[in-house]
Amino acid sequence: MSTDLKIKVRGLSKAFGRKVVLNNLDLDVPRGQSLVVIGGSGTGKSVLIKCILGLLTPDKGSIEIDGREMVGASSDQREDAMRKFGMLFQGSALFDSLPVWENVAFGLIEGRGMKRRAAKEIAVRKLGAVGLGPEVGALYPAELSGGMQKRVSLARAIATEPEMIFFDEPTTGLDPIMSQVINELISKCVNDLGATALTITHDMHSLREIGDQAAMIFEGKIVWAGPAGDVDHSGNGFVDQFVHGRAEGPIKMPIRPL
Amino acid sequence: MISFLQTIGRTFLSGLEAIGRVTLFTLKSVLLAIQPPYYPRLILKQMIEIGFYSLPVVGMTAIFTGMVLALQTYTGFSRFSAESAIPNVVVISLTRELGPVLAGLMVAGRVGAAMAAELGTMRVTEQIDALTTLSTNPFKYLVAPRLIAGLIMLPVLVLIADIIGVAGGYLVSVVKLGFNHATYLKNTVDFVQALDVISGLVKAGVFGFIVALMGCYHGYHSHGGAQGVGKATTNAVVTASILILIFNYVVTELFFAR
Repeated sequence: MSTDLKIKVRGLSKAFGRKVVLNNLDLDVPRGQSLVVIGGSGTGKSVLIKCILGLLTPDKGSIEIDGREMVGASSDQREDAMRKFGMLFQGSALFDSLPVWENVAFGLIEGRGMKRRAAKEIAVRKLGAVGLGPEVGALYPAELSGGMQKRVSLARAIATEPEMIFFDEPTTGLDPIMSQVINELISKCVNDLGATALTITHDMHSLREIGDQAAMIFEGKIVWAGPAGDVDHSGNGFVDQFVHGRAEGPIKMPIRPL
Repeated sequence: MISFLQTIGRTFLSGLEAIGRVTLFTLKSVLLAIQPPYYPRLILKQMIEIGFYSLPVVGMTAIFTGMVLALQTYTGFSRFSAESAIPNVVVISLTRELGPVLAGLMVAGRVGAAMAAELGTMRVTEQIDALTTLSTNPFKYLVAPRLIAGLIMLPVLVLIADIIGVAGGYLVSVVKLGFNHATYLKNTVDFVQALDVISGLVKAGVFGFIVALMGCYHGYHSHGGAQGVGKATTNAVVTASILILIFNYVVTELFFAR
């Protein structure tokens, strides 16, 4: 039922020149749940999330957020929708001209018009929630390690206490311990806020840690969707091959002989 | 033959497409720049970046241009015993043409390149996307302050360049060529008209807008990693320089055509 859905995507298509990235894709994100979309590189995961966020304009299809159509919405309507969102980018995307605390407080100061002092207090609190001390607030992003940047980015995503948080490859490029730390922080933050979450990843460990629901994308379509606990026995050839990392299966890698 | 014509047609159409894209970018930037929210802190920061930090390079350009102008005019005009026209030539050339054009080209190299590199890096590291997800319009936050600062600060720079350039001509004429200093200054002040200075300042405003616009346009649309940022930087400087020369003619025509 659409009333239980935070996001409803129907017939979404997007091509770049001749390359079709999303091909008539349907996706439901249930309210209050954490949906993890898995898929290999170049299957359209990032394009999907960017279309939902309005960073890319789809060629056709419908994206409803809280029952309101977002494709073709005015910039004011889109900005309203954005106020409900938080986003953790794959490369963290921290503003390197601003200190860490201003990065975290950015959505509060610029998006909500909060006074800088009050926003700084919240930023320091959010940094604490992701395991970073207040002294980190004065540093610049270039002075942080990759794991710390991810945590700052997570703090920025949750600073405005959004209704929905997007995670784009949250553990890519991190060591296994830091990946686990990030996964646990994501689960904790999403649960504490009672937010809906949409994560795209190819990390099966992340899926098991943070997902309530799962979906698999291949060649721009959702080829399987179900509870996250079912991925190991989905009965779907694509999912089985991906989960077990087999070279043989319905997903073909075009490899030419040397 | 047909493929040759096709190439010409394709080049012509892509040229028209580029003009259309720049025009839409300009209209969107200007429309959003006049709507709230405004960012006075960012405008001030850009004014310092464009105005204050460009002073040394513009000042050096102006003083040596004024000095060379006096020297060259002397060697040329002495053949007709018209040395007394040196102050007039120096002040008219500087205020009407050389001041705004040379300052515009120097600022295009220094500031336009920096803007394209900064925005280009922000684009390829998803910082511009992050701005959007934090309910902040990148046009209002990044582009508008740079356009406003360029529009305001280049006339200020050119006014200073005019004074420094005239001082350079005065220095060479009095110290090296033996002109009477009082006569030189009197000739300069008597000959120069308000329209000479005003036309130069109007040109400077146009050039400042062009430099900021090209820096923002190429940076904003940068793609393809470090190579893309490098290309955006080069394109920003080249297109700004060419447009400065074109609009120099257009504004001159508007002011002085009979």
